[in-house]
Amino acid sequence: MSAKINPYRLWIFEPGKKYNIPLDLNIKKVALERTPLMLPGHRMCAGCSVPIFVKLLGLALRGPTIIVNATGCLEVATTIFPYTSWAVPWIHVAFENAGAVASGVEAALKAMKKSGRLGYDNVDVVVLAGDGGTYDIGFQSLSGMAERGHNVLYILYDNEAYMNTGIQRSGGTPQFAWTTTSPIGKVLPGKIQPKKPIADIMVAHRIPYVATATPAHWADAIRKFRKGIETEGPTFIHVLTPCTRGWRFAESKSIEICKRAVDTCYFPLWEYIIGKGYFLTDRSLQIARNPKLKQPIEKFIELQGRFRHLLRPENRELLKQLQEYVDAVWEDLVNRAVNAPK
Amino acid sequence: MPKVPPEKCTKMALNGDEAVAYAVKQSLVDVVAAYPITPQTIIVERFSEFVANGEVHTEFIPVESEHSALSAIVGAAAAGARAFTATASQGLALMWEILYIASSLRLPMVLAVVNRALSAPINIHCDHSDAMGMRDAGWIQLFVENSQEAYDTTIQAFKISEHPDVLLPVTINLDGFVLSHTLEDILILPDEVVHEFLGGYRKVAKTYVDYLRKEVEIKLDPANPLSFGPLDLYDYYFEHKVPQIEAMRKAKEIIRKVNDEWYELTGRRYGDGLIDPYAVEDADVVITVIGSTAGTVRHVVKKLRNKGLKVGMVRIRSFRPFPFDEIRSILRGVKVVGVMDRAISYGSYGPSYLEISTALYNLSERPILINYVYGLGGRDIPPDMVEKVFMELLDIAKKGETAETFKLLGVRG
Repeated sequence: MSAKINPYRLWIFEPGKKYNIPLDLNIKKVALERTPLMLPGHRMCAGCSVPIFVKLLGLALRGPTIIVNATGCLEVATTIFPYTSWAVPWIHVAFENAGAVASGVEAALKAMKKSGRLGYDNVDVVVLAGDGGTYDIGFQSLSGMAERGHNVLYILYDNEAYMNTGIQRSGGTPQFAWTTTSPIGKVLPGKIQPKKPIADIMVAHRIPYVATATPAHWADAIRKFRKGIETEGPTFIHVLTPCTRGWRFAESKSIEICKRAVDTCYFPLWEYIIGKGYFLTDRSLQIARNPKLKQPIEKFIELQGRFRHLLRPENRELLKQLQEYVDAVWEDLVNRAVNAPK
Repeated sequence: MPKVPPEKCTKMALNGDEAVAYAVKQSLVDVVAAYPITPQTIIVERFSEFVANGEVHTEFIPVESEHSALSAIVGAAAAGARAFTATASQGLALMWEILYIASSLRLPMVLAVVNRALSAPINIHCDHSDAMGMRDAGWIQLFVENSQEAYDTTIQAFKISEHPDVLLPVTINLDGFVLSHTLEDILILPDEVVHEFLGGYRKVAKTYVDYLRKEVEIKLDPANPLSFGPLDLYDYYFEHKVPQIEAMRKAKEIIRKVNDEWYELTGRRYGDGLIDPYAVEDADVVITVIGSTAGTVRHVVKKLRNKGLKVGMVRIRSFRPFPFDEIRSILRGVKVVGVMDRAISYGSYGPSYLEISTALYNLSERPILINYVYGLGGRDIPPDMVEKVFMELLDIAKKGETAETFKLLGVRG
């Protein structure tokens, strides 16, 4: 690290100045030049993948930005009073209303611009919300925000359960995963239902841009965050963020698990551009071009305690079911993807 | 002589909802987020017309629920906007969670509550059970008697809410249908007079921020990044409640001051802003009341005074902050007080009975206090019913005692 960098620096945008920070994917360079969006000293768990994606988001911002955070791990662990980790203006109101709060922030910026009181050409509004705050309790306000067309990038960081309250199942929890409210019992094999296809549901809102991303596929993620910000209107990015506590894996394995999620097609990388359709990106595009690269689902689940029961011989049928589900979803996506070989 | 006498105003036939919508139109509001609910809907409809015709700079967010309506204006207010929403009944109940957050984040905003009964059974008519459900939410709660006051108070509410000593959200309560859907001649001030009264667009209050080493506006500002709504545990939460308690105390003075300023401007005032007494000076018996029923009680007081009966009325305009001192000094020496409540706390009394009892408790000689719960679900409260109450109170005053302290008015047996 260069001695010049102060990692605790706040991001100050002077009113009246024009900002358009260029997108730079030379990660070594920007890591040395840019101070983080989320300052050091936060209390996210060791091995958590959420701060990693927030760091990548910081590398994608183009200028003045306001963050709206739903209640969740990221919110509680970054703002324990009297401290805050946020280098930009940040607001948390409640669990289920991040879409509505962001709508209000965006409307305020518009009204102030209209009346000549906004000091900037543009201020970007970005929502960060977990799976509980997006799939479940916050879905209504997200859907309303999308329908009304607010110029907001909504980022779902999906750790696939209510991790902040102690690993309870959500609409984002995958089938057969153990959680504290979908335990492995004598008659039930973890969660019964498959994961809700949230990103496709957002595509169905006919908003201009939807994408999936992981912190492991960093260049892909940064590019998508930037597109989400630059696209006028509501945009949605679904980021997979493995949770060491809830998924039961070693702290060093977060990035490896992200890679395997994509390699097994459990979590394909794609983007949807309205009027153009679905496009596979990064590793998922490579897999579509060369299906031999596709790994069996065991590769994804073998590192995770929440799926341990699926590897027992008596649960072979469940494992098969999960594989079939992943295959069907992947096949469907490949069929829809404009850039997949036909 | 008021600065802007009636002849310089425009007289318009408006119902209570329209009067509120018109006041919002003139108040340089940046963001309105609202969801339709009877009997509030006309506010949203009229305001949408102002937006559709380009008469305001306001961003109107037609949200998908009241929970989102309040959430959106919390976001807008945090971004430095002047923000407004309106609701009633179930809609207010749905906002409940965010009511506490709005006040605890110390964000100025105005919410018009067009008072309506709560379900079940579903009922669209007036009572105060919706408003009483938010009495502990940290909002200033003002109740109006007529639509002129609804117009006046909506404008005043922005000034009170944004005062640096207050910084609390304000609700203006008007009785569903009785006011919301009833035409009244309203004196509308010229736009520029309202703008001047409010000091133009919202001015965001400032505070010193240690890590920025300067005084900054309390808003989401890319020039001065602040974090709103952090996690606050047992080591600080309690201390953060103290300024909220203090602000509510100071709000009394500001409500009074704004009422005085309004009087100088328009020649209209509503008591001292907190309570609005009528014929109380030498009264033996007094009715206290909230909202539009005060008009009926005032009418009955006039009639009975003409007969030489010493009766009076106190209308409570500010329910939060509650005017304990003002109530104590005005009801001192009164023999019997009938406290009328258009809401009930099941297992207890009507809400204002508890407050007035508290206000009077420390007097060495206290009036006899009787609670009359009336008008639930929009049940009518005609003058003869009020007259009966006065007669009953006068009878108790004569006897010097009563066995009953809780009565229901106008209910079939």
